[in-house]
Amino acid sequence: MFDSLSERLQGAFKKLTGQARISDAVLKDTLREVRMALLEADVHLGVVKELTGAVREKAAGEEVLKSLAPGQQVIKIVREELERLLGQDDAGDLDLAGKPPSVILLVGLQGSGKTTTTAKLGAWLKKNGRYPYLVPADVYRPAAIEQLIKVGTQAGLKVYEHDGSQAPLEIAKAGILAARRSGFDTVLIDTAGRLHIDDALMDELRGLKAGLEPREILFVADSMTGQDAVRSAGEFHRALEITGVVLTKLDGDARGGAALSIRHVTGVPIKFVGLGEKIAELEPFHPDRMVGRILGMGDVLTLIEKAEEAVDEKQAEELEKKIRKNEFTLEDFRDQLKMLKKMGPLSSVVSMLPGMSHVKESDLDPKAIVRVVAIIDSMTPRERRYPQILNASRKRRIARGSGRTAPEINRLLKQFAQMKRMMKSMQSGAKKGKKGRFPFPLPGR
Amino acid sequence: MALSIFKKLARGLSRTRESIASTLGGLGSEAAVDEETLEDLEAGLLAADLGPELTAEVIEAVREQTATDGSAVAAVRSTLRAALGQEQTCERWSSPHVVFVVGVNGGGKTTTVGKLAALEREAGRKAMIVAADTFRAAAIEQLERWSERSGAELVKQREGADPAAVVFDALKAATSRGIDTVLVDTAGRLHTKVNLMAELEKLGRIAAREVEGAPHEVLLVVDATTGQNGLTQAQEFTRAAELTGVVLTKLDGTAKGGVALVIQRKLGVPVRYVGVGEGLDDLLAFDPDAYVEGLLAV
Repeated sequence: MFDSLSERLQGAFKKLTGQARISDAVLKDTLREVRMALLEADVHLGVVKELTGAVREKAAGEEVLKSLAPGQQVIKIVREELERLLGQDDAGDLDLAGKPPSVILLVGLQGSGKTTTTAKLGAWLKKNGRYPYLVPADVYRPAAIEQLIKVGTQAGLKVYEHDGSQAPLEIAKAGILAARRSGFDTVLIDTAGRLHIDDALMDELRGLKAGLEPREILFVADSMTGQDAVRSAGEFHRALEITGVVLTKLDGDARGGAALSIRHVTGVPIKFVGLGEKIAELEPFHPDRMVGRILGMGDVLTLIEKAEEAVDEKQAEELEKKIRKNEFTLEDFRDQLKMLKKMGPLSSVVSMLPGMSHVKESDLDPKAIVRVVAIIDSMTPRERRYPQILNASRKRRIARGSGRTAPEINRLLKQFAQMKRMMKSMQSGAKKGKKGRFPFPLPGR
Repeated sequence: MALSIFKKLARGLSRTRESIASTLGGLGSEAAVDEETLEDLEAGLLAADLGPELTAEVIEAVREQTATDGSAVAAVRSTLRAALGQEQTCERWSSPHVVFVVGVNGGGKTTTVGKLAALEREAGRKAMIVAADTFRAAAIEQLERWSERSGAELVKQREGADPAAVVFDALKAATSRGIDTVLVDTAGRLHTKVNLMAELEKLGRIAAREVEGAPHEVLLVVDATTGQNGLTQAQEFTRAAELTGVVLTKLDGTAKGGVALVIQRKLGVPVRYVGVGEGLDDLLAFDPDAYVEGLLAV
């Protein structure tokens, strides 16, 4: 939908080539594109102005380096400025010192994801050696208390159960007391969603802060938020002096410019990001990755990390050995495909690649992998190792077993043969140089 | 009733009014528009989440109009008004009239369904709420409360049930019980999740099989705080289930929901309702003229 910044900038940069210095006129064009890209990414106008101003200052008259394309040079400056604005990498740092239990208060607008985040953060803390206790204090939204009890319990966490008849402060106090008695060291309090202009409810939060003395007050913000993020985050910060931000729903395709706006207006770090509806889908925030996302420039770091998670080192080494000896079989191919699937939906993997952020999941065919795996699963181990024995009758059997057609099986075999040839040629090349990573073949449609 | 609706919308939009009004205060009909004023206007429109493209268009229109001696205010109004299209209502030609309420997580679908049920009841129609969000914990309990409040009957199954089965059963029941309007609360889903979007498509197919032409309405719930991603959401949702309208929720905050104009312009999907509070009667039929006047406050 949106052109990535790098694509947008191509036009502006064409004028730049062949020039020794970045001229004013060209810089103006370039900065206009940067501005449009940032506004489309929902970065607040004030922040955009400040940023383009800073970039202009740094880039004006700068020599065009030989080693870099002039465009890349401006992008580099933009990146650096964005990273500076997003702040240091102090992701996942929570201050939980002091006499236990330490209290974490989660606040935010309606629908930003507080209840889900409370449970996710509880699970994250538990994984990191804490003993968290969840206290639902949203007495306004129907069934909010039940929701936290359910989600928390499903995640194996303890939740303070009550009927919601008391005021949030009384509930929270009773919850903390219960936590202390049972030896929990961290209490997460889920508050009701509220508008920052609702004086009565904001007063209630001030009361919670004064009465509970939380170590952390986390503002939960939807990454799809537009220009209003500055105002809502600003007001929450003014009322409560929040200590951190959790950015939710980043598994969507919003550019997340709100992250910049919120960071800019509050000055507090973004500590966590929510990446899905599953309880484990909460991660510490990495500013450098967010910059790539806002600019639409891919997220190679996350991709590498995901790959590392999904790929078992030992398995990878073994595979490499097999490839070198040309012993790579359909079985290994299947394992590779399964690994690729483990890295998440194909679209999210592809969207992390630079220049491919506009590829939609619907453009890919996630079922292709499933189909190929089904075909290979329907073979006998011997067939997988020696596909040359596959005659028409065997293929018919496999087609029946996998629900695919014989031509599809033929196509797979052809592709596999090509892949092996490719591997072989890469091998003979690699013998001279250092060994490379094994190739990651993608199935055709 | 009419008065209270007017008051509510005015309240909801008063903050929008403040910001752009102050800018346009300097834009008298006779005044020559200087670059500074245009820049302020641009800032106001961007702050309302109109996005860079539509904002640029409005600014361009203002420039042209003032050059030909027209009123700058009129230019802003007509451009915005044109972007919103005509006031829309949905014809009811089938009974039951089936409405899907769809959208990303946390937009306010369940609340909107509760409020829609109240509107139906007020209009003297028999409404049924269908709990097709079987995924989110306690979504069904939440709807139970709304069903009590609005007096609409609720069709539900256990959590984790197949939403297609819930819809199927509900439509069977609605047909046999002479229900006028069926309101289906679907699970929140990010538009990037292919499986969940396919599930939504399936719900549509099931509905069409049970009731002719169903779903007659598919309302996309868009949180007014949503930025430019709102357009992508609308594009993806309308692929899975053809949207007939947008419900702009949480307009009682400081966000203006300008992305709804972008959606209307690019996709032709009109805003049908606005949500202005947590109360049962805090859902209003969208009035494009009032909305633009609210933005302009002339």
